[in-house]
Parts: sequence; structure tokens; C-alpha cells
Amino acid sequence: MEYFLGIDYPTLWYLVIGLLFSGYAILEGFDFGAGAWHLFFRKDLSRRIAINAIGPVWDANQVWLVIGGGALFAGFPVMYATMLSAMYIPFMLFLMFNVLRAAAIKFRSAEEMAWWRKGWDIIYSVSCILIAFLLGVVLGNILQGFAIGPNYTYKGGVFFSFLNPYAIMVGITTLSIFMTQGAIYLLLKTEDRLHDRLAFLLQKGMVFFILSFGMTTLYTLVFIPEVTANFREHPIYFVVPVISFLAVANVPRLVSKKQYMLALVFSSLTMAFLLILVALQLYPTLLISTIDPKYNVTIYNAASSQKSLGIMLTIVVIGAPLLAGYFFFLYRTFNGKVKLDDTSY
Amino acid sequence: MDVEILARIQFAFTIAFHYIYPPLSIGIGLIMVIMEGLYLKTGDKEYEILTRFWIKLFALTFGIGVATGIIMEFEFGTNWAVYSRYVGDIFGSALAAEGLFAFGLESTFLGILLFGWNRVKPWVHFVSTLGVFLGSMFSAVWIVVANSWQQTPAGYHIVGKGLHARAEVTDFWAMVFNPSSVDRIIHTWQGAILAGAFLVLSVHAYYIRKGRYVEISKKAFKISLVVATIFSLTQLISGHSSADGVAVNQPAKLATMEGHFKKNSPADLYLLGWVDKENQKVTGIGIPGGLSFIVHQDFNAPIKGLNDFAVEDRPSQINAVFQFYHIMVAIGMTLIGLTLYASFLWWRGKLFEKKWLLWIFSFSVILPQIANQVGWFTAEMGRQPWVVYGLLRTSKAFSQEVSANQIIFSLVMFTVVYTFLLILFIYSVNKKIKHGPYDEIQTPSIL
Repeated sequence: MEYFLGIDYPTLWYLVIGLLFSGYAILEGFDFGAGAWHLFFRKDLSRRIAINAIGPVWDANQVWLVIGGGALFAGFPVMYATMLSAMYIPFMLFLMFNVLRAAAIKFRSAEEMAWWRKGWDIIYSVSCILIAFLLGVVLGNILQGFAIGPNYTYKGGVFFSFLNPYAIMVGITTLSIFMTQGAIYLLLKTEDRLHDRLAFLLQKGMVFFILSFGMTTLYTLVFIPEVTANFREHPIYFVVPVISFLAVANVPRLVSKKQYMLALVFSSLTMAFLLILVALQLYPTLLISTIDPKYNVTIYNAASSQKSLGIMLTIVVIGAPLLAGYFFFLYRTFNGKVKLDDTSY
Repeated sequence: MDVEILARIQFAFTIAFHYIYPPLSIGIGLIMVIMEGLYLKTGDKEYEILTRFWIKLFALTFGIGVATGIIMEFEFGTNWAVYSRYVGDIFGSALAAEGLFAFGLESTFLGILLFGWNRVKPWVHFVSTLGVFLGSMFSAVWIVVANSWQQTPAGYHIVGKGLHARAEVTDFWAMVFNPSSVDRIIHTWQGAILAGAFLVLSVHAYYIRKGRYVEISKKAFKISLVVATIFSLTQLISGHSSADGVAVNQPAKLATMEGHFKKNSPADLYLLGWVDKENQKVTGIGIPGGLSFIVHQDFNAPIKGLNDFAVEDRPSQINAVFQFYHIMVAIGMTLIGLTLYASFLWWRGKLFEKKWLLWIFSFSVILPQIANQVGWFTAEMGRQPWVVYGLLRTSKAFSQEVSANQIIFSLVMFTVVYTFLLILFIYSVNKKIKHGPYDEIQTPSIL
């Protein structure tokens, strides 16, 4: 086993993937969140502004999914293959809504007719809501485990077994946190009446978020005690939920003080800490088998070879600063309120 | 139908649909770089108008390319789980590099390319256009590297047994530069550039024919004619080099491409024909010993025939591969003839005088599209029955737990959504073409 700074390669790669999915949740979180609110805006102009708020960045934000998926395939092929083939239908739906969302953004502005735009608005918003929900459902099932048998072959139901109460709760919580993130992002990008409307909507969104978050946490603690086993072993881990709770509490405070940039930072931190929480709960397991723990997929039995992980860590070390540079440049270019022009959607 | 066939149909369908778009993006990308470069160099407003017009069409091809490409990235896991575990160690690093180095570059600069015209300096915008184009070229590199490894595996060793067997990297650079990578990257790049160049040729030939935007269209037509002529010719070279590689590395595929059955014997080269698999015979017009000549510069040199391989180790769809391959070659030759003839007319100062030629050019966009598709079908069906040549059979590689019904569900879903998407794409492209390159400022709501 090879080490870097005293950490073995599979664990390092686990951290890389955690980072990538955090980036995805934070950035696409506000894209999907903004989309989920879309139908709450009444006028076509408001809806155009909302779409153009994410217009120049949503394509770039998808990079995190592309790299995250690639990193999972590359580093933990067993996890990638087992999870995707087991949750076949949920992932196919997720991918299809992704396509529909992209199509809606691209084609909505191609025609002026009201029916055309309203039709695309519905496709767009429903796709965003269901993408967020399905991501949560996947996460919920990962936390609970599912029926993995010998040779990593899934033995459970096709679709409805994944829609169990816990997964649904995590799905709704994911939607609510994305919506919070999306509303704060839109507050940063909008002015005047749309801005006021968003401030009002965000208040409702925060209530929705805190309720669903609280219920899911409670449910986890009461009904899925094995999930918290890692925490009882390492009490120091409790720092993370405490911090994430503080981050959550800080968001409405900053919003009421109209410090939206900071609010977005704290809402992003909330997501990152919740994912760290998940990562700590699972480590070193990736997929829990509900049939027998010996069929669990862990970072050690799922990992690529040391050599391959070493190559990929090098790729990350070279590529990550480049990517950070591109993102910095992109966001700096489109900093500030949305201004519609002849290139807008 | 069984799971293997359904999984293959779904993969073929989704990848073929996906492959309409990225080549267009690469090709239009190069033309945009040239147009915008000329604008910066000459300050000619017409080049700016052309660049902005093509950016709008590029936005569509790129957007659909990404959306359908993400599906491909996850479809390995959903439908080909055994394969994914087998190749993850190798294939995965290529995909990760693609995401980080290539897709990261193209999709971040895309925002500036599409929306930054009024926000950044002209040269920064040009750099962004260049970044998007280079990113899309790099993307092709890594994807083709991964696919080439499936054709000609190198730099690996096999660890484990049965369902737990997998290939592990032993030499990263040997894996990247496996025997077929370089030829196939160049061949794919050039095919992509031709796809984009011929779209530009088609659109502007249409305008010239209709007497609309004539002056500006002549400029665009000439730029893409230069690109199309160069790459039609060089495509012949890289095609030949690819075929030489296939002869060495995948003899069963080469034999399938020409329907050559007889063991170790001189092989013919067909212009067109029909393979009768039962009687092991090809009926058609060809040069006796032509394939032997191309590969060994000797009409009598022996080449391995399909009968040199056990039936279970060679492709079963021989006639299909034969036809796909010959359609590709025929189109390649047609493109060379077409572009050389047009260049000749240009040299004589008569390029835009022949209506019939403009008419052919305005429909020529379909030719490289078909060539790209059938070329890939040749490569992939010619590799069968292997998913990784000589190592892993397609029949062993699909997800064991996914049922036929699940695949039928997703296949129907893809068919419906993709049909819808294709109609929208053609409708929008057509609308933008009808609208023309001018008066964008008056209609700000158009994408």
C-alpha cells in the first residue's frame, strides 16, 4: 500500500471524490435550485432573468458531474459499476431529466409563443425538481445500503424498493437545500421586484429546508442507528454535525442582513459539511450490502491499482489548479446582476 | 430479445445519436477560430458577423453534445457493469483526464464564448473560442484513447479470475499510446473537422444559391473550402494508416471489412459488393489482390482470412461491416473529388458560377455525418465478439442484474426523448439559417 502524507491512496481518492461531489452539489445545487423555483416567477421576463442568471455558468458547473463520474469510474470501478447497475432505473431517470433540462434551457428562448415558453418552463422546473429529488434518493439508499449479493450483483427490486421512506426523506431534504442555495444565488443576481419576490420565497424555502432537514436527522438517529456507528466510535467526529448545524443556523441570519454572498458561502458550507458527515459515516465502506456485510463494497476492495491511483492523483494535482483558474475567470467575468443582451437566452 | 442484444442496441443508439454533435462542435470550432482570428487581424466587420452567427449554431451542437455525452459516461456502469469493473483501472483514468483537462477547458470557456461578447476584450474572447476548440479536440483524444485501448490493449496486466478479473495499468504511456491510438485520434479529428466544415459549406452554399447574404457567404465558403479540401485529402492518408494498423493488430477485422474468407491467401479490394456469408463469397466490383497490394505492396501477398479464426472469435455481421466500411470509403473519395473540383474552379475564378455545384454543396453536410457514423460502426462491429479485443467478450461484459424489461424501459425513453431532441435541433438550426447572419440586434430574444 502506498501512502502520501500518511494517508493511503484509496483514502486520498475517497477525499478527491468527496471534494468533486461537494463541488457538484454546491454549484449545480444553485442551478437546480434556481430551476426548482422557476414556476414561482410569474412573468416571462422574470423567468428569462432567472435562466440567464445561470446561463453562462451551468454548462461549466456540469463539469463537476463529469469529473466526479469519471473519478468514480477511475478510482473505484467496482463502486461505479455496482451502484449504477443496481440503481438502473433511478439513474436512467436522472440522466433523462438532465437532458430535458438542458434542452429546456437551449430551446425555451427560440420562440416567442406563450405556449412554447410555458411548456418549456414546466419541463425545465419539473426536471430540476426531480433531478434534486433523485440525487437525494440515491444518497438515501447509499446510507441505508441495498441488497448486494455475491460478485457485486444486486438482488433487490428494480425501482420502488429504492423509493423507501428514508430515501424519499433524503430526496426531499436535498431538494430543499438546493432550493435554498438556488434562491440565495438568484438574490445575488437579480434586482427590483424579482429580488423582493425571491426574498419572500427564500423565507418559505428556509422553513421547508429546516423542517425536512430536522425530520431526516431525527429519522436517521432513531431508525438507522448503524449509520451513526462510526460516530460513537470516534466522538471527535461530532464536531462535524455541530459545525454543519451552526452553518445552517447562520444562513437565515445573513439573509436577513442582506449579506447574500456570505449567505451563499454558508449555505455551500452546509452542503459540504453534510457530505463530509455522510463520508465519515460510511468510511471506509462505499456501498453497504443488506444481505451480508461480507458483500460490502469498500474503498479497498473497490479501488483501482495503486499504480493507477497514483497516476490519477498526479492528474488531479496538475489539473485542479487549471480548473480552478478557469472557474475563477468565468465567474469573475459574469460577476454582478444579470443584464440581458442580444446574446442572452 | 436477450439482455446482451438489448444492451448493445441501446449503447449503439445512444452513442450514434451522441456522435452527431461533438464532431460538428469540433469542426465548427475550428472554423470559428479562423473566422474570429481573421476578424481580429483584419478588423473586417463581416468576419465578426460570421463568427457570431456560427457561435449561435455552435451553442446548439455543443449543448446537445454535452447532455447526450453525460449519458454515455454513466451508461458503462448501468449496462456494462462487468466491463466497467474489468477496464476501470485503465479506461477510468482516460475518462478522468478527459473531464479534468478537456471538458473543464471547453465548458468553462464556453460561457465566455457564448455570452461574453459584450463583457471581455476581443482578444480575450478569441482566446476563449480557442480554448473551447482545443478543449473539444482534447476531449476527442482521451475518448479515442480509451476506445483504442479496447481495440489494441497495451500497457496492462490481468489480475484476478472470472467475474473478479480485471486489467490493471502497468505502463501509463504505453496504454495511452497503444498501437492504434495515434492513427485513430487523427482519423477521428479529421472526420470531425470535415463534419463541421461541410455544415458551414452547406449553409453558405444555400445562401449563395438563393442570392441571400452572398458576399459574406462567399468569404465563409472559401474558408471552409480550404479546410475541407485539406482534411479530405489528409483523411485519405490517415485512413490508409489506420487500415495498415488494423491489418497488423486486428486481422479478423480487416478480413471482415473486405469479406475475405479464404485462409492466408491474396485478398481482393472491392469498390462495392455484397457478402454471402453462407457460401463465403463476395459478389461485386473489385481489384483482385488489391487489399494485398495496399497492405503489402504485392498483389499476391497472403492475408489472413476469416477462416483463419474460429467462428466464435470473429465478427458475425460480416456483410454489415463490409457495407459500412465501403460506404465510408466511397464518401471519403466523393469528398475529395468534390473539394478538389471546387478548388480547381476557385483557381480558375469560377467557383460560384455553377448552380448545380452549389446545389450539391448545400446538401453535402449529410455526407461526412454518414461517413463518421458508418466508420464507427465498422470499428466497433469489426471488433466483435470482443468488447476488449482478445481479452473480454461482449457476451460476458453486460450488467448481470439488469433485466431485459429495464433496458426496454430506458431504450423506449431514450428513443422518445432523442427523437424529440433531433426534431428540435433540426427545427432550430433551420430557423437560424432561415433567419440569417444579420439583424441579431433587433431580435434580442433569439438565442
